[in-house]
Amino acid sequence: MMADRVCPLVLSATDPQPDVVLDARRLLCPMPIMRAEATIREMPSGAVLAVWATDPGLAQDLPAWCASHGHQFLGIKEQGRERIGWVVKG
Amino acid sequence: MNTDLETQKPRAALGLLSGGLDSILATRLLLDQGIRVECVNFHTGFCIQGHTGAMRNPEPGAKPARHDALHAAQLLGIKLHMIDIAEEYVKIVTNPKHGYGSNLNPCLDCKIFMVAKAWALKEQLGFDFIFTGEVLGQRPMSQRRDNLPHIEREAGVEGWLLRPLCALRLPPTEPEKRGWVDRQQLKGFSGRGRKDQMALAKQFGLRDYPSPAGGCCFLTDVNYSRKLQDLWHFRADRAYTIEDIVLLKAGRHLRPTPRFKVIVGRDETENNFLAGFRAGRWSMQAVELAGPLVLVEGHPDAEDLALACRLTARFGQGRHLAEVQVSIEGPGQQEMRLVTPLPAAEIPPEWYI
Repeated sequence: MMADRVCPLVLSATDPQPDVVLDARRLLCPMPIMRAEATIREMPSGAVLAVWATDPGLAQDLPAWCASHGHQFLGIKEQGRERIGWVVKG
Repeated sequence: MNTDLETQKPRAALGLLSGGLDSILATRLLLDQGIRVECVNFHTGFCIQGHTGAMRNPEPGAKPARHDALHAAQLLGIKLHMIDIAEEYVKIVTNPKHGYGSNLNPCLDCKIFMVAKAWALKEQLGFDFIFTGEVLGQRPMSQRRDNLPHIEREAGVEGWLLRPLCALRLPPTEPEKRGWVDRQQLKGFSGRGRKDQMALAKQFGLRDYPSPAGGCCFLTDVNYSRKLQDLWHFRADRAYTIEDIVLLKAGRHLRPTPRFKVIVGRDETENNFLAGFRAGRWSMQAVELAGPLVLVEGHPDAEDLALACRLTARFGQGRHLAEVQVSIEGPGQQEMRLVTPLPAAEIPPEWYI
């Protein structure tokens, strides 16, 4: 399973608690999604993946990928140049 | 007729989906026949997909960056397989059997390679046939009438590659002959015009699709191709790494001598992007003045590094000052230098790649 770094984005208590955090910063589209796909493949159904990225396309691509692959998109949070999106594996 | 009589499952097709209008329409034509469709999109490393937007500050009013094929899949309600072929693709770009198009675009080799890859995936996933959104005569290399059968032959898929948008102008394929696909419901589009496709999109109620003029591959871009050519020439080797081809997409590139070139960030977002590539390279930036992050590629000597520092000062806000302090970092070293910005007149146009 990939990545376990602590995400420096300011997250609140109401943000989803991920089982795995994927550090996809500095990767350009479509690599954050491709890495997310490789990561989630190793996770059990119902587990939460957080994708931490700098690519601004994540806000559009993560929900589209979830729709195409039967995962549940929980939301995305942006802060400066970084963003984090949460997905429940379908 | 679209059902496998043994398994009672609908016939299944795997399509190549770029996310452009043609591949969306081709997919939709098959979905409307009750065929189960999934698609594949290949990542070559040269895909545009909003990279410029991701590296630089977005233009005012620009659409948010997104991956077109993913959004097309969402729109069509199908599964999209995203496959990274960047490493294998090196041999297609460096040594294309059928040559290049007007820039460094090996379109025919690329199409054959992708069709063969799609066929392998079709076999692995158990689909019945493959399809593309190609339109006869729309592109000068890969969609010429004489090249279409050639693509199938070389990819080893003769008779099994359906092109729903121009099928009526081509001999029937196996899926049509076997009655899996109703040929009468396919189209006979041809040529570079987009009128037929727009009309079909309207009929399907499709509105949110990428502009036809968009283009999806950096290798068709004259400026990008020039930079790749320069990289090959001065390394005396046509090999490249993914990092090489990503860096060619960012910044202003200048080559003052055969030993080195500089990549100059053009705004804050691009500076941040380039900052991720400092490891193993010399980099420089003016201190306490707005300006570019500059990366140095190649094997610069002391004189070259001094020139790179002066260029760094030249492209920043201190360009009119007598001296600018520049922070320079290299493998295991860091220092400050006071330099005179290089006057514009001392930058020959041929330095710009």
